[in-house]
Amino acid sequence: MATLDINNVVKQFGKVEVIHDTSLSVKDGELMVFVGPSGCGKSTMLRMIAGLEELTAGEIKIGGKKVDRLPPAKRGIAMVFQSYALYPHKDVRGNLGFALRHAGMPKAEVTQRVDAAADILGLGPLMERRPSELSGGQRQRVAIGRAIVREPEVFLFDEPLSNLDAALRVHMRVEILKLHQRLKSTMIYVTHDQVEAMTLADRIVVFRDGCVEQIGTPLELYRNPANKFVAGFIGSPAMNFIDADVINGNAIHASEAIASVPSSSTKDANYTKVSIGIRPEDIQIQANGKWSGTVEVYEHLGGEAYLHVLLVDKQTVVARADADSHYRIGETVRFNVVQSKLHMFAEDGKAIPKT
Amino acid sequence: MRNNPLSSIAIHSVLILYSLLALFPLVLIAINSFKSKKGIFRDPMALPLGDLYSSKGYQSVLANGDFPLYFGNSLIVTLISLVFILLLGAMAAHALTEFRFKGNGLLGLYLILGIMVPIRLGTVALLELFVKLGLTNTLTALVLVYTAQGLPIAIFIFTEFLKSVSGEIKDSARIDGLSEYRIFFEVVLPLIRPVIATVAVFSMIPIWNDLWFPLILSPGEGTRTVTLGIQQFIGQYTVNWSAVLAALSVAIMPVLVMYVIFSKQLIRGITAGAVKG
Repeated sequence: MATLDINNVVKQFGKVEVIHDTSLSVKDGELMVFVGPSGCGKSTMLRMIAGLEELTAGEIKIGGKKVDRLPPAKRGIAMVFQSYALYPHKDVRGNLGFALRHAGMPKAEVTQRVDAAADILGLGPLMERRPSELSGGQRQRVAIGRAIVREPEVFLFDEPLSNLDAALRVHMRVEILKLHQRLKSTMIYVTHDQVEAMTLADRIVVFRDGCVEQIGTPLELYRNPANKFVAGFIGSPAMNFIDADVINGNAIHASEAIASVPSSSTKDANYTKVSIGIRPEDIQIQANGKWSGTVEVYEHLGGEAYLHVLLVDKQTVVARADADSHYRIGETVRFNVVQSKLHMFAEDGKAIPKT
Repeated sequence: MRNNPLSSIAIHSVLILYSLLALFPLVLIAINSFKSKKGIFRDPMALPLGDLYSSKGYQSVLANGDFPLYFGNSLIVTLISLVFILLLGAMAAHALTEFRFKGNGLLGLYLILGIMVPIRLGTVALLELFVKLGLTNTLTALVLVYTAQGLPIAIFIFTEFLKSVSGEIKDSARIDGLSEYRIFFEVVLPLIRPVIATVAVFSMIPIWNDLWFPLILSPGEGTRTVTLGIQQFIGQYTVNWSAVLAALSVAIMPVLVMYVIFSKQLIRGITAGAVKG
């Protein structure tokens, strides 16, 4: 168990800079999730922490000790890969104990640690099988077990659930959460799936184009996104954005004043256009609603339903509707939005602070 | 397609026809090796039954005390060359695919250029070189030449295959603390076993069958290989055909055994299932 500090790290592949001057720190025992679209640098960052990629500049400390020049095995980390990366010619026991035996640990202790890890993950009956004889979920558990036996200071997960089918993914997500509660070790988890990020994380780091966009707890990011990108990335279905003109401190959409732009910021920055962010769950469909539009798509998920509503100015919003409701395509609906939960973004994407 | 009996029959008849074509000369060698010279010329297609049968050919091969030596030479040269081709080829391919370094692409191209240029074109230069090195009439000369001859195609096949091996498994071994050499020997080699078998079969047969380089580089009595040794039955005026055919039949055996071993590996490798199923 240890803290992890990343200070001013830069990574270049040839002339292309893929990570720009990034600093962040992970607390002892924290489960930190790196999330972002593909190509945003989150996996590269993880590989630099693991020691599989060299840093171009900056430093990485684990437990206060500088590790960025050490080989991976000496950093006190263990990593779980997307493709499981099990040794196909070794059975489960062989896979679990390989690193320990290689490090010259006495046989009895290897057996003891391997059995303990197998116990935690329920791998007991599978110990003599080869990876090719295991299902995807079982392989991923072996891969996690291989990390556990090393008793690392920091666990690194590189999209570990991406190769599993949807049902198994939900199941393994819960298992990883339980594992974290049980081991209480520092973990870094990379994913492009914001649902995984929201459910697993103590804190989330949102990456985009090699920069950290925002760091915070899942609810902080959900409630107070720092910019339009984070707002659109966190939450499912994604936040709706509606372009509006600002006249006299009011955001005007379809010639109606729909929200007042905080006056202090208006004076400071002279906004002429803003983007109004509304989460689907903050839209209330009401017969006397101020907004109106026609139903384009009606998605019913059983427990809830989503309406895609085409507004008069051809912008579309997604609204959460009552599960018992019925709508026809082309029908006109009226709705209100919860004013206190509106988000407002300036033209450069930055969130306009609420007053 | 797969369940259509007509297409299945068509495919099988083509395969059977091809097998017959390929096997015909081998069978001819085998049956005629059990006949006397007269028998061979009187009735070349007949089976060696009744008065046609004669084991004279095998007797003269076995009576020739040098044959075990020729066999040993061929085996030594083939096996040692094979080990070098497989080891160096796989290592070079691993380096080319795994590491980013300057000139990587050019080096790869240089290493596989030999596929296009037959090594026999360089025979004169090679002979001069080995004379200067004092390596004529040694098995070392043959091993060196055959290793050079086999490497380009081996590197080409290994490179193509290693590109498809998951990088994560090597990274995983790195995190487990293995050195780059141990990653190669303990993780990469087991993964590419079926390809090793393929390359081994491809490289082995031309080396075993080669007559050119033994004749030029090491024709001495002590370093003759089987193919060269057989030549002694082919005289200027008379040819002991029974002995030639008997010697050829015996010479096929080791290659056949090695082929069976490697092809078993090949099939096992394919059916074992690698990283993902």
